[in-house]
Amino acid sequence: MMKHLFKSIRQYKKASLLAPLFVTLEVIMEVLIPTIMASLIDNGINKGDMSAIERIGFILIIACILSLIFGFLSGKFAAEASTGFAANLRKDMFYNVQKFSFANIDKFSPSSIVTRLTTDITNLQNAYQMVVRVAVRCPVMLIFSLIMAFNINRRLSIIFLFALPVLGIGLFLIMNNAHPIFERVFKLYDALNLVVQENLRGMRVVKSFVREDFEEEKFKKASKNIYDNSIKAEKLLMLNMPLMQFAMYTCMLLISWIGAKLILSSSMTTGELMSMFTYASQILMSLMMLSMVFVMITMSKASAERIAEILDEKSTLTNNDNPVFEVPNGSIDFDNVYFSYADLGHNSAPVLNNINLHIKSGQTIGIIGGTGSSKSSLVQLIPRLFDVTEGSVKVGGIDVRDYDIETLRNAVSMVLQKNELFSGTIKDNLRWGDENATDEDIERVCRLAQADGFIQEFPDKYDTFIEQGGSNVSGGQKQRLCIARALLKKPKILILDDSTSAVDTKTDALIRKAFIEEIPDTTKIIIAQRISSVQEADEIVILENGHIVSVGNHEELLKSSDIYKELYKSQMKGGEE
Amino acid sequence: MPQQPTGRRFSPRTRKLSKRDATTVKRLMQYFKRYKVRFTFVLICIIIGALASVSGSMFVKVVIDQYIEPLLLTPNPSLDGLTGAITRMACIYAAGIISTFLYSRVMVSIAQGILKTIRDDMFTHMQSLPIRYFDTHTFGDVMSRYTNDADTLRQMISMAIPQVFSSTITIIAVFAAMLYSSVYLTLFVVVMLIIMLKTTKFIGAKSGHYFIKQQVALGKINGYIEEMINGQKVVKVFCHEEKTKEGFDELNENMRAVSAKANKFALVLMPVMANIGNLQYVILAIAGGALAINGIGGITLGSIASFLLLSRSFTMPISQISNQFNSIVMALAGAERIFNLMDEEPETDEGHVTLVNAQYNEKGELVPVENYTGMWAWKCPEENGSFKYIEVKGDVRFDSVDFGYEENKTILHDITLFAKPGQKVAFVGSTGAGKTTITNLINRFYDIADGKIRYDGININSIKKDDLRRSLGIVLQDTNLFTGTVLENIRYGRLDATDEEVYAAAKLTNADGFIKMLPEGYNTVISGSGSELSQGQKQLITIARAAVANPPVMILDEATSSIDTRTESIVQKGMDALMHGRTVFVIAHRLSTVQNSDVIMVLDHGRIIERGNHEELIAEKGVYYRLYTGAFEME
Repeated sequence: MMKHLFKSIRQYKKASLLAPLFVTLEVIMEVLIPTIMASLIDNGINKGDMSAIERIGFILIIACILSLIFGFLSGKFAAEASTGFAANLRKDMFYNVQKFSFANIDKFSPSSIVTRLTTDITNLQNAYQMVVRVAVRCPVMLIFSLIMAFNINRRLSIIFLFALPVLGIGLFLIMNNAHPIFERVFKLYDALNLVVQENLRGMRVVKSFVREDFEEEKFKKASKNIYDNSIKAEKLLMLNMPLMQFAMYTCMLLISWIGAKLILSSSMTTGELMSMFTYASQILMSLMMLSMVFVMITMSKASAERIAEILDEKSTLTNNDNPVFEVPNGSIDFDNVYFSYADLGHNSAPVLNNINLHIKSGQTIGIIGGTGSSKSSLVQLIPRLFDVTEGSVKVGGIDVRDYDIETLRNAVSMVLQKNELFSGTIKDNLRWGDENATDEDIERVCRLAQADGFIQEFPDKYDTFIEQGGSNVSGGQKQRLCIARALLKKPKILILDDSTSAVDTKTDALIRKAFIEEIPDTTKIIIAQRISSVQEADEIVILENGHIVSVGNHEELLKSSDIYKELYKSQMKGGEE
Repeated sequence: MPQQPTGRRFSPRTRKLSKRDATTVKRLMQYFKRYKVRFTFVLICIIIGALASVSGSMFVKVVIDQYIEPLLLTPNPSLDGLTGAITRMACIYAAGIISTFLYSRVMVSIAQGILKTIRDDMFTHMQSLPIRYFDTHTFGDVMSRYTNDADTLRQMISMAIPQVFSSTITIIAVFAAMLYSSVYLTLFVVVMLIIMLKTTKFIGAKSGHYFIKQQVALGKINGYIEEMINGQKVVKVFCHEEKTKEGFDELNENMRAVSAKANKFALVLMPVMANIGNLQYVILAIAGGALAINGIGGITLGSIASFLLLSRSFTMPISQISNQFNSIVMALAGAERIFNLMDEEPETDEGHVTLVNAQYNEKGELVPVENYTGMWAWKCPEENGSFKYIEVKGDVRFDSVDFGYEENKTILHDITLFAKPGQKVAFVGSTGAGKTTITNLINRFYDIADGKIRYDGININSIKKDDLRRSLGIVLQDTNLFTGTVLENIRYGRLDATDEEVYAAAKLTNADGFIKMLPEGYNTVISGSGSELSQGQKQLITIARAAVANPPVMILDEATSSIDTRTESIVQKGMDALMHGRTVFVIAHRLSTVQNSDVIMVLDHGRIIERGNHEELIAEKGVYYRLYTGAFEME
């Protein structure tokens, strides 16, 4: 899994290698400095030799400056490497998401994809920064300090061989026991946040049912749970400090005791004793840091896994090897089509059963049915947003799987049920349909979609800025803009998936009239709740539970279909006769 | 929640301490009060620990100066004195270790305890806030107080406070020890310290500057990601992937560039500080050596060695404090936001009329009873101390009501209407006409500016809010189910409802059928979003929830607007069952759902412009007629 992620390092490989290199150099300098310092004391100060003091002092200052430069460079490269890696990862994920089919998108849900692209990336960036810097620094520091300590005095350094395992095992036991509790605490925080979130969203419900106390109980229970577990985990973690002090102080005392004897027997100098103290703290501190780095990296593992899931996700739809780049006409044929969302992991029963439907180019088709009747699933097969499970869907007489996907989707324009406008001007939004559309083109399709009227009333007309999600236009206006955008593609097939539900009936009728007059050659498929929206279609398809139950025009269906009759009656009751 | 503002923790050094923080600190101190004894104990332990660590640094001087150096001069050295000194030091160290062990454990309980209290207080207070608060604050804004703000506060209490205290003690002790060793060298250390602090400030300011830029860049790219991913299906349908990538690349590169700079300055700070420390060490050794050789200032070799160690123990706590300073500033900002929420004015309630279960006794008098009877009475205190009981029938009257969400901005003008018990009153009109506002007034989510609302003849202002709301059932367009089983969700309407009563309510409202089809039936767990269920199914559960409460008055606000017409006919049957025999206020988008109302009010800009039943309004050929025939767009 990690290997896969590391592919995203690319041009930041250099920085990713230079950062640890300079960290190593920095550490070497830091380790050398105490030895030079010892020699300064022994050869300079103790002997009262001022020239030696100056000479060794000079070397020391050079060492410090070098260490400073190395430290600076390691920081710089670590920053470049980690932010670059994060940017590449974000890009790779985003690009892969762009390849996702509808099935892939549904599998993850937008909000989960967004979290992975934002929070998880930030977590991983921090972890990577640790890896190239601190995770290198600590072991290098540990090893070099040990080498130096042994170099000064073997016998004295044996102390570390006892202290290190004691501290190491202690830290490991603490972390190992605390970690699962912390994981639990995180989950408990999620549970607590969920209570808050549900209350915020449902405050009207809480207040209406006077459930404030009930919710408080719920919250306090979650809160108490966090309290209990956090205390458990942190008390364990807090053992770190006294343990570290114990190891440190013991070393100090032993070094003083044995060191004094060694000095007396003239096998060590006072300067060397001084550096031993420094090395002792360097060795133990790096072990301590290492254990913390380890924990932090483990914590980012979950984020790494979530990111890898997106990167590893293969689109369920791929282009044919020898794709067709031309859609001859707008005819559509469903032959024995079965479809199920089984590959999405849930609801494996087919949602479309044995669909046979033949639509001639230029026809207008209405589709009617209740929720769960799979109206949307049916039309989503036409621009190959999903692949059929069995049977075939043909556009212009050619199986949709044989087309180049982009060619197909440019010929089949679909206005989705849950449609989105993006932040930008009206023109920007409409040009999604055709980048090179002229202003005249845009106005033409807007007149077709009955949108020109209200756009002209905006002070900035076609340059009116649409807020994110189209929140500054009404639902009916949004739907009409989405239709205009789809028309701009000059499609051979136009599919409206319940796209005029918020448009008033009169405008709805005008849109349909414009379709018949202005784009007679385009095949039009209209999914609607209102009978009036499909009433004059060439054929009306009634779907129920994934089956076609009746097909026919308005008059035929009124005679033959009870469902249609009932719907018609309920909608026309007392109405427009 | 995807748009959780994760970023604020990235903006250090963007805020300076202010007077406001002093008040925040004072309020925080209130929370410490409960832990007075334990906290004092912690402080004492910290002092012991700090002193032990300082005497450790001093110990080296003692060992070298008092034992090793003199012994080197004696021909037959005895180690007894040294052994004694080391034993004494071991005791001091042991005391240090024990106090660290104790205080860190006690501090955990204090920090977590304070945090829990704050969290609970905050939630309790939040529950008492009026709907106005929730209408004027975004969820993310409120959420972040429970997540980010509470977390920074926890870090401050459990880490920053002990560390700053311990560091301060160390600094004072070390400073005294340094002065005692050598005044000259101490002066030198102080000069180096000032240079160090200046450098930190400089780099800190740089990094802060870029961190703010990084925040902006992060906000932009996250916004873009959110917008595009949420509209991903549209992107696919329009084959707009390449364009989308282009837009992304630009923002991503900008983000990377700014973030690299910000992180560079942050990362560079540590080695720079460490090496200034090293430089100080070197220069100190040279200067000390020069002084010792020339016999200035009474400096001995041992004192240089220990002074060097001391100087390290001096700069370390100072850089620790400066590190903690940021987290303290941020935590105080977080605490202030938390306290802001706690300072919000709660809902006031001056009502004295309460709601009680009731039934008629043999004499035909209305008497209060303990158990649920499905019948209620208003219990009105009389001046003589006795109570009058009025049966809750659901007679609601508005008398010349004016209302505005903001003062001087009236939304509803002169609304007069009456709903007799059992009547169905519908409101239609475009968005912003004031339909929902009217229902907000009945249950007193908002209080009216002028006029009167009477409920069974009682002014609703004199009814206790909780009881008023208990008597009103509500079904909203947003389904708002809670994590838990279907059974629990329906029972939310009346907590003491038996399982049988829940099943009965579900059957009544046509929800029983689909619930039984769920994998676990009534015990199916609904997660937060309720994504396992279709919109219509969720709505059926909320209708059952209202049914189990069995209130005399119902408010249905766009309850069926997100359900398609086929499913609606099923839901409608459930609704009709629910509405039977109750006073009902209906707000509906689809006119078909309000046709059979006793009276329909057409609202426009906060005024009732037409009223009457369906036939009358059609005959009137006014706005309703035009809406009905579809000549008018309603949104």
